[in-house]
Amino acid sequence: MNSIWTIARKEFSDSLRNRWLIAIALVFAILALGIAWFGAAASGQVGYASTPATIASLASLGIFLIPLIALLLSYDAIVGEEEGGTLLLLLTYPLSRGQLLFGKFLGHGLTLALATLIGFGVAGVAIAVLVDDVVIGTLAAAMFRFVLSTILLGWGFIALAYLISVRVSEKPVAAGLALGIWFFFVLIFDLMLLGTLVASEGKLNPELLPWLLMLNPTDIYRLLNIVAFGDGAQLSGVLSLGADLPIGAGGLWFALVLWFVIPLAGAWVLFRRRTI
Amino acid sequence: MSCFRLENVSYRYDKALVLRGVDLRLEPGEILGLFGHNGAGKTTSIKLILGLMTPTQGKVSVLGGEAGDPQVSQHIGYLPENVMFYPQLTGREILNHFARLKGAPLAQVPELLEQVGLGDAMNARVKTYSKGMRQRLGLAQALLGKPKLLMLDEPTVGLDPVATADLYRLLRKLRDEGTAIVLCSHVLPGVEPYIDRAAILTDGAVQAVGDLASLRRQANMAVTLSIEPANGISALEKVIVNASAGNGLMTHGSNGRLRVDVRPSEKMAMIQTLLDSGEVRDLGIHQPTLEDIYVHFIGSGGLAHRGGSQ
Repeated sequence: MNSIWTIARKEFSDSLRNRWLIAIALVFAILALGIAWFGAAASGQVGYASTPATIASLASLGIFLIPLIALLLSYDAIVGEEEGGTLLLLLTYPLSRGQLLFGKFLGHGLTLALATLIGFGVAGVAIAVLVDDVVIGTLAAAMFRFVLSTILLGWGFIALAYLISVRVSEKPVAAGLALGIWFFFVLIFDLMLLGTLVASEGKLNPELLPWLLMLNPTDIYRLLNIVAFGDGAQLSGVLSLGADLPIGAGGLWFALVLWFVIPLAGAWVLFRRRTI
Repeated sequence: MSCFRLENVSYRYDKALVLRGVDLRLEPGEILGLFGHNGAGKTTSIKLILGLMTPTQGKVSVLGGEAGDPQVSQHIGYLPENVMFYPQLTGREILNHFARLKGAPLAQVPELLEQVGLGDAMNARVKTYSKGMRQRLGLAQALLGKPKLLMLDEPTVGLDPVATADLYRLLRKLRDEGTAIVLCSHVLPGVEPYIDRAAILTDGAVQAVGDLASLRRQANMAVTLSIEPANGISALEKVIVNASAGNGLMTHGSNGRLRVDVRPSEKMAMIQTLLDSGEVRDLGIHQPTLEDIYVHFIGSGGLAHRGGSQ
């Protein structure tokens, strides 16, 4: 456990040193406040619209930003150590590959969690203080749910980045594949799903379709933040499939947790097999 | 208990046999020089002892346990070839990090940095370090936690002659305190007085192992006598030709001396004859150096090996 913590501690202090943590937190705070006040500008209205609308907008933005930041933060976790010449040395210490990987995850995970908490936390407090007619209870619950799911989504993409990082032997390749993952889950997956729906002309088992959303953590994340308000009407595009999901919020949370546990376990297995 | 023991160890990477039937051991308080051309299997042997790889065949035991076991790794210090560190951290921060990983007291860190001559640079970032300074930081890193087994892969690369001599002296001191040391190198000059035994590897096999005297016996290389004639060189030549029955290889040195190569077994008889003849004013004996022995065992294929990879 001590070794895991030592590795985590170094990753975390690296992210303080290179200002990653503060930069991410700042980006989140500015975007959250911008969305809160100008999110409804398209409909000719400036100012805080409503908590559900704000959270939905934040979540829409989150699915682009969180995976990207998480992947950038961690794609070189292992391959970077190898290229930098430190991996070999680390592994001669009383430190298993699992401990190294989980230590890294703890460090990166903590960085992202703290940045999310600070960034969106500041925004949440600002809304609570500055907006007169906001219901604090609803806002707090929604913000809590949003921040927690954002952290879990980020962890998922950190673990996916590790899957790459333990396999490849060059950093640029890892960066390229990380971008590929981002493209796939954020841009392509929903299009593919939509295409499949249209092309199948109703021949696919309708009970199976909603489950396909579980194959994409960003879809689970959006469902969590929109469905929570009991407002299925807000679900658009492929997300409307989610209205037919036989699982509730608990199931969605569980699925999001699985999305970081399984890739992380996979990365561990692959890392153990890697020749140093 | 041996510090490590390799028994009939082979290692296959892809289709290439990188190590073939290697037997090697190291006792506490002993410095073993591991010499060989690039690709001879030095680094692979070290990686097996460190538990970074498992042998395809044979047995590796380290400090009474299994290679790679955390209980064992705790007592091993390792300096990799071309050691690299996190450039954005200071020397001290790096050693602190590694000391935590090893469970070594942090109080050791400034002492070790002083010991390797980085006392003034400990708070500078490693990206400002020269290669020699990085190497010394690597050495301090290897010494964390006072290891029982110290493995140094090309430790003198980047060090100037003074720093190299300092390093060897430090290794002798550690050895006298009971540390077992493996010194892996292809730089032979200067190392001879500091090692207890040497192992010479070529193409993944141990060609010879032992202390210098035993290596000389195994190599059975000629000893060179350098003789200054007392009464002219032709009289001396006659004595030598008679004594060696034409076996000794005789060459004329530039300084008026004669150089004669004789088999170790014939050395004493030849010296006796020379002294009895009264034709000798001065006589020098040149034993084969570690470098000569190395070249002997590497054989004529030596040059072809040099371009190999690890």
